[in-house]
Amino acid sequence: METIVFSLLNGVIYGLLLFMLSSGLTLIFSMMGVLNFAHASFYMLGAYFAYTIMGVSSFWLALFIAPVLVGVIGMGVEKWGLRRVHANGHVAELLFTFGLAYLIDEIVKIIWGRTSVNYQVPDSLNFTLFTLYGADYPAYRIFMFFVAVAMLIFLWYMLKKTRIGLIIQAALTHPHMVGHLGHNVPLVFMGVFGAGCALAGLAGVIGGNYFITDPAMAVQMGPIVFVVVVVGGLGSLEGAFIAAMLIGILQTSAVSINASLADIFGFLGLSPASEVGEITISSMAPMLPFLLLVLILIVKPTGLMGDREV
Amino acid sequence: MHPPALKLVNVHKSFGPAKIIQGVNLEIARGERHAIIGPNGAGKSTLFNLVSGLYSLSDGEVQLNGAVISGKKPFQINRMGLSRSFQVSNIFANMTVRENVRCGVLYSMGYGYSFWRNIGNLKEVQEKTAHILEDVGLLDKANLPASLLPYADQRTLEIAITIAGGAEVIMLDEPTAGMSHSETDRAVELIEKAAKGKTLLIVEHDMGVVFGLADRISVLVYGEIIATGAPSEIRGDPRVREAYLGEEADHIEGEPA
Amino acid sequence: MTDMTTNSAALAPSSGEKFRERVLPFILFGLVLIVIPFFGPSRTTMTLLNHIGINIVFALSFNMLLGRAGLLTFGHAVYLGLGGYFCVHILNWIDAADGGFWGNLPVFSMPVFGFAMGALAGAVIGWPSCRRAGTAFAMISLGVAELMAAFAYMFDSLFGGEMGISGDRMAGPEFLGLSLGPLEEVYWFIAFWTFLGVVAMYMFTRTPLGKLSEATRDNPERVQFIGYNPTRVRYLVFIFAGAFAGMAGGMSAVQDEIFTPESLSLLPSGAILIAAYVGGIRYFSGPIMGAIVMTYMGSNLSDYTAGWLLYLGIMFICVVMFLPDGIAGIVFGFWRGIRSPDRGHLMGKWAQQLAGVFLLAIGIIVFVEVAFRWSEGYGEVWEPFGIALPHDAILTWIIGIIPFVAGVAVLRHVTRKQEEV
Repeated sequence: METIVFSLLNGVIYGLLLFMLSSGLTLIFSMMGVLNFAHASFYMLGAYFAYTIMGVSSFWLALFIAPVLVGVIGMGVEKWGLRRVHANGHVAELLFTFGLAYLIDEIVKIIWGRTSVNYQVPDSLNFTLFTLYGADYPAYRIFMFFVAVAMLIFLWYMLKKTRIGLIIQAALTHPHMVGHLGHNVPLVFMGVFGAGCALAGLAGVIGGNYFITDPAMAVQMGPIVFVVVVVGGLGSLEGAFIAAMLIGILQTSAVSINASLADIFGFLGLSPASEVGEITISSMAPMLPFLLLVLILIVKPTGLMGDREV
Repeated sequence: MHPPALKLVNVHKSFGPAKIIQGVNLEIARGERHAIIGPNGAGKSTLFNLVSGLYSLSDGEVQLNGAVISGKKPFQINRMGLSRSFQVSNIFANMTVRENVRCGVLYSMGYGYSFWRNIGNLKEVQEKTAHILEDVGLLDKANLPASLLPYADQRTLEIAITIAGGAEVIMLDEPTAGMSHSETDRAVELIEKAAKGKTLLIVEHDMGVVFGLADRISVLVYGEIIATGAPSEIRGDPRVREAYLGEEADHIEGEPA
Repeated sequence: MTDMTTNSAALAPSSGEKFRERVLPFILFGLVLIVIPFFGPSRTTMTLLNHIGINIVFALSFNMLLGRAGLLTFGHAVYLGLGGYFCVHILNWIDAADGGFWGNLPVFSMPVFGFAMGALAGAVIGWPSCRRAGTAFAMISLGVAELMAAFAYMFDSLFGGEMGISGDRMAGPEFLGLSLGPLEEVYWFIAFWTFLGVVAMYMFTRTPLGKLSEATRDNPERVQFIGYNPTRVRYLVFIFAGAFAGMAGGMSAVQDEIFTPESLSLLPSGAILIAAYVGGIRYFSGPIMGAIVMTYMGSNLSDYTAGWLLYLGIMFICVVMFLPDGIAGIVFGFWRGIRSPDRGHLMGKWAQQLAGVFLLAIGIIVFVEVAFRWSEGYGEVWEPFGIALPHDAILTWIIGIIPFVAGVAVLRHVTRKQEEV
């Protein structure tokens, strides 16, 4: 019972973090047709910026400034990089962001070093919030939960109640029509790209000290986030949300299951001494998102909520 | 007695709540040249997309030479002998004109997904390609990249790809849209030549082209066919006049646009 | 009918043109391959050449997807890896066999088995992947690569864990008198299969399926209306691309005699993507040039500078932004340019661009090298040509910024003048 509750709680938090990343990715993709390969690199930048800002000031300042900084960098990338490549098609845009991910990784290594930095949970949040089944539950996780939910509400408000939100919504359903709306499209693109990157940066600020802040964090997170958006159905926010939750809970739960495949499929004659039999569910956890991807593709090639072929 | 080349039975299509095609019944005999006219937004292109398999029907049935084709994939329908063109040029932009037409020829000559033959050695493919290029008058531009062709030539290439597979039922979606007078005249000549001995279904805005080319005309308004008949009948039909108000009604009376 | 035949004859390139464009380059390529060993390359050079051969086949197989079929994949190394692993296992079977099929199998035939394994892997993995195209396909290839790499780390008996598995290329009977022991004999093995692979992949572009893959890249919607199923076209091309990657894996198994799970991961997949793109994906020869340049730089520059990956990233981004036709685009553009009547003017333009790129490169190199030494924190100072350039000296910043700004100014000037014309 306690394993289930903790797994669920941690899974939801991890899922929300994944959604914070994939929502930015989805927004950018729906608007501009670009899958930002460097998205996880912006997540990493968010964590590193927060670490540096925390060093000279406080975590609370970092929480606001780091995402803004990342967003500004994102806007610069759009204005001086992506826009130029746009004429050469989506593959060129994807490749541009692929190269950018390479570049950001290397620059991060130069500035902050090749090993992990000591980016920690602030003291004001570093306490036990409650005790459940005799286990302490850290307050920071609940804080992450609230930040993520606040972001969700903010996103929802922006999309439903503001003018720019209406344009983005139009883009979500009718991607080819945005150009005809008569809005300053380059400016909207730059804004959306910046906002998406800022969301990734925010995820980095609250995720970097929850996990580890090191130069490999982008490479580790990136593929999972891409799986989330494809499983959800490229360009669908609802789909991304469901997929993020699914993968978050699945992966977190799997880590806590120590059973081996032989324990589960023993009735089929799988021996615990065999190579397949001794694999534990927890050791398979990192593969689960990718297994899910392949399964979903076989059942529904367009993803959970996707209906348009992109 | 042959079954009709193309038969639409109670065809419906809605996108969400919007009913675009609401019960179209149409029979086109073998060898007939049939035109569909109607005001903008009447659903002419949707109808084309339904027949050619790009969209799936909400209700009803489409038959090609008596065989049901609704529900089949576009490439299956194409293999059964129906070929269509597009309103906007839909060509293989990075390939040469000759390669464009050659791609259209390949399947019908039985070369399918073949990967063991050198395309340059397929003599009958080369000859058929050259033949079609000569017919449509693109022989001198055969080795240009398709994207560099002038607009009217791209439209011609569009038709060339459509007829390359030798389909018996040809559907042309506004083949003369955006062309000048002289270009239109040449296009009509080409269509007449290409449709000889075949069944032709054409959507067209240029009434001069329609009344000059078609054996029969159907008028599509708000997803329904309000009249079908010979050009002379359509011209005098009061319902058609009502659908085409004002200026456009004059075009129906025979003045080319 | 007679005029028809003359027409079709006039349409197709003349036999002279055909020879110049489709046969001569391959004869020259073969000649180069034959002549190279007579220059007596060192062992290091020989190893490098062998790796170049492997990467040429690998890059071309990658380009069957990206350049020819419009399918961007981030996981192409999976097929090279699986083909290679299969071949290392066969090497061991040959070694262990006492007669029989494996005992009589020459190691020379490894790429055939790699080819078969790559095709099989392509057929299995391609089936779910090829149901999507475009961005989704690219992301799926990424997910599949992660999955395969994770699998490989999990099953030690097949993939040998972190250490991988190794074999012995000198096992089994000799073929054509090659024991495959000395590097020079391995060179002939690699040269033979590289040539075969290049010719086979060129011939593939000339088949109906090859042409249809280009048509599907340009316009998948229209392909459906000329009787083809675009999904089927992509799937078949995917199997072939996997097969040729597997063939490169077989070549690599003989050259390096070892495969590790890392060979299936995203890193080698990304590297071949960069090599093919920098070479120029719109030309058949582009990936060949890219494989040569990138393999050479990868093995040499990484010795010179810790910033090699950063340079690679900058170079790749510059190619994507400013030179979408890559190295091949430059080579063929230059070739066309010096034969055009406008060559004097063009030469001037190129000279200016070259100067601009050179200045820009100086600026970037100064920044990167100084930054790397500062970052390592050992207090080491970069001293090109005996000039010490510490990160806090004004001289360093001057030497960095002035060429950088000048380079950008020159390049912008050239672009602007070009637009005015």
